Order: sequence, then C-alpha cells, then structure tokens
Amino acid sequence: MKYLSKVSTLKAFPENCAGCGKCLDVCPHSVLTMAARRISIHDIDRCMECGACTNNCAFEALKVKTGVGCASAIINGFLTNSAPSCDCGAAGSVGTCC
Amino acid sequence: MVMENLNGINHGSGNKGESYVLLCRYAAQAFGDGYNPQVFSDGYGTQVVSGARDAQVVDDVYKAICLYTYCRAQRRSLPQWVTGAVMSKTGIVPKVATRLTAKDHWEHVMCRVSAFRLNYSVQPGLYAVGEAGDNSEVLVTANYKYSFDLLRQSLDGLSAWILVLDTGGINVWCAAGKGTFGTDELVRRIEEARLSELVTHRHVIVPQLGAPGVKGYAVQSATGFSVLFGPVYARDVVSYIKNGYQATRQMRTVNFTFIDRLILTPMEIIPAIKKYFIFSLFILVFFGLGPTGIIFNNAIHRGLPFLLLGAASIIAGALLSPILLPYVPFRSFAAKGWVVGLVVVHGCVHLISQLVHMDKFLLAASYVFFPMASSFFTLQFTGSTTFTGLSGVKKELKYAIIFYVVMSAITLVALIIYKVNIWRF
Repeated sequence: MKYLSKVSTLKAFPENCAGCGKCLDVCPHSVLTMAARRISIHDIDRCMECGACTNNCAFEALKVKTGVGCASAIINGFLTNSAPSCDCGAAGSVGTCC
Repeated sequence: MVMENLNGINHGSGNKGESYVLLCRYAAQAFGDGYNPQVFSDGYGTQVVSGARDAQVVDDVYKAICLYTYCRAQRRSLPQWVTGAVMSKTGIVPKVATRLTAKDHWEHVMCRVSAFRLNYSVQPGLYAVGEAGDNSEVLVTANYKYSFDLLRQSLDGLSAWILVLDTGGINVWCAAGKGTFGTDELVRRIEEARLSELVTHRHVIVPQLGAPGVKGYAVQSATGFSVLFGPVYARDVVSYIKNGYQATRQMRTVNFTFIDRLILTPMEIIPAIKKYFIFSLFILVFFGLGPTGIIFNNAIHRGLPFLLLGAASIIAGALLSPILLPYVPFRSFAAKGWVVGLVVVHGCVHLISQLVHMDKFLLAASYVFFPMASSFFTLQFTGSTTFTGLSGVKKELKYAIIFYVVMSAITLVALIIYKVNIWRF
C-alpha cells in the first residue's frame, strides 16, 4: 500500500554517505537502496517520514521533516496552534490514535 | 545481600526453624494460594522440606523470598505474570512468564476497544526470562503492557533479559516518534540496571520501530553498548538472534494486513458512534420541528431514513473503507472514504425509497452529506495506519476541509428548502 505520491520530505545526500547501511536496517518500508556504498531513495512514495533513518545516520546523508501522519492530530495541532501531536496517553486524553 | 533479605523478614521472630516456616509462608503469599511448600523443623535448627524434591523446593522458596523482599522494597504488589526471581550479579531480578494467561488476552481485547489501554503499563526496569545469566541477550521494550506481553510471549524457552523503558505506557513505535522511547531513556536504563556488570557482552537488541527515537551510535558512545536493531515484530526476535542478528527483508518491513486493519476499526467506530448520538438528536429535532412545536411522530417517521443513512456512513467510513483499504481506488483516504460512502449510501437510498417516498431535496442532501461523513471517518483512519506520513495527511486535509465545509453548507441549504416547502403546504 502506498500513500500520496511525491509528498514525502525525505532527501538523500549521497555525498555525505559513509555506506554503513544503518538506514537500510531501520527503514520499515524499504524506501532506500545502497549502491557502491552510496545511499539513494528507491521509492519515495513508501516513505512515511518516521525519521528512523535520519535519526540513525551519523553522517547527515539523509534529511526528513518528521511527524505523525494522523488527521486528528493535525487538526488538533491546528486548533491549538501547536505542532501536530496525537497526545497518546497524555493525562485526560480520550480516543487517542495509537 | 542474601542475609540482608532474610534478616529483613526475620525481624522479631523466634528461633531459626520458626523463621524458616515464616519465610515459606511469605513465599506462599508471594506466589498466591497455589504455592504451599511443606516445611518442618526437625527440632535441631535444621529444616526438612517434605517430598523428594528437597533441593528444588528449597531453591524455589529461597527465590520466592528474594522476590517478595524485592517487591516490598519496590513498594509494589507482585504482578500475576511474575513467576519467580533470578539472582543476578546485580541483585534480584523478577522472572516473568512466557505464556500469556486468559486475563492477559482479555486485557489485550480491552486495549483494542476502549480507553483501557491508556493506563495499561508495567513498571520500567529489568526483568528476566528463563534462567537469564551473564551471556544472555538484553531485549529492550516499552512499558506498554501489551508490547511487553508480546515480547515475553515470543521468548518462550529462551533465557534473556528484558529491559523495559519508561514510555508512559505507550507502545514502542508511537513512543519512539515522540522521543520517550529514545536515546536518553535507554542510556539511563542501561546505567540504572548496571548492564555492564550484569552481562559480559556489549550489545542490546532494540526493536526496529524504536529507531525513530533511539540513536544507535549515540547510545554506544554513552554506554559502550552497541544497539542492534532487531526485527519489527517480537515474534521474529528469536529467529533474528539465531540467524546471527540478521533480519530478513520481510522481518524489517511493517505489514498492514486485513486482520491488522480490522482490529483497529473499533477505535474508529466507537468515537464515531459518540458523534452519532449528537447527530441523531439534531435529526429528530429537525424533522419533528413544526410550526406548533416538536411533533414526536414526525421526528421518528421522517427522521428515520436519515438516522439509517448516518449509521450507514459510519459502517462505510469507519469499517468498510479501512478493511477494504487496498482495494478501494485512489490513494487519498478522504477520496477512498467518499467512494465507499457513495456506494453504501446509494444502496441504502435505493432500499429506503422502496419503502417510503423521499423528498427530492432530502435525496440531494443525502447524497451530499453522507458520503462526505464517510470520507471524514476514513480520513481519521490515517492515524491508525502504518504507512501515512505527515506531509501527505496535511496535503489532503487542506483539500478535504474545504470540501467538507462546502458540502455541509449545501446540505444545510437543501434541508432549509425542504423545511420551508413542508411548512408552506
């Protein structure tokens, strides 16, 4: 299953890549691929912007704007003028998303 | 350490033999009614434990006492799933069951249908599985009990340590996204559990979905423990270890199967039903409202088609669209929900109009409003999926909200015209 086309903010900077392959291990949707010890994006439409790859890259070879892909979180964030958050488990929250 | 524990319980009691019986009673208390070893004093200060399994029973009693003391020290009662204790180099570690009970399974069902899960957690810290020792693997998880249960269940037959992070009772993936299942917490727990003394190796296994929060290289430089990202699902962790810490592509990929989607629908349907009550009240007042007041008969008779269509839009948007997700055209969730809603509403209108006459303005309102409601419910499901991202949801929300406002306005106009017509004649 794929979500909207060409919306992900994931960017690769192969010139920074050290070829360790950590990002390949942590990506839950096989978005990335490695050739000649350089990273590149194989299928951007599978990216859900979770930030696993960027968080575990010590060389800044990947960048993404992370966040929750949850409509009610974004609506709540908009209404309260804050960053989208599903507030799972926060005190007093009911009907959370995860 | 051991003597301390024994003395802790032994205070004020008489001779050694008596205290031993007392300890066994504590053990029985710690393990519940099912555990009642028979201990006798032979009158010379030595104890005889009945049966041929002397050594084993004495050992069990000893561990029970340690565990009881541990729980007392932690000021907490003993959870049902703690079955014993492991004496480690760093102290007493509670040992957990690897088989889930009917109670565990029932609680998991509750998690899927209600706010029960918001307060479903285990005490963070170190736990043991089997006869964990200094060579055993250390597996990291969140303190959401459902996550913890899935992990311990998958470790049946294995000896390992479980290091539970404090995520506020939230699952690994969500907590990692927020950073509570993160580098700092993992570093803190590794130090608090004194892992470097507990085990001889220098690695911990973190679930792959913890990666958005845990920076492997930062944990290593802070603690000396390297982070091995294990498979996505706990059920694969044993094969991952046996494969020499290699996960297959399949183990690294998040699924979203028919069953996964079906299990998640109650948390869409239940909030929708709450909205449905408000909707019903509005519908009954609207259709009952006459120039002379609310006529109950009208409210029921004229409102019934709309009440049915409202229920149909919930079934379409919060149940059918999620479970049929890959088979419904369009990638946008709002569009998917609208399509399914339109099909279901069309079917329902067809049935209803066989039974009662539907005014043309009501018919128009039905086709405008109810597929839209279905679209809204399906859009909410983006929060439950394993593949939607922030940018995508933002993009479709931008269009969807405008669409919802326009459609609601058209519905309102159609209903007002309908009402004016009714009152005029």
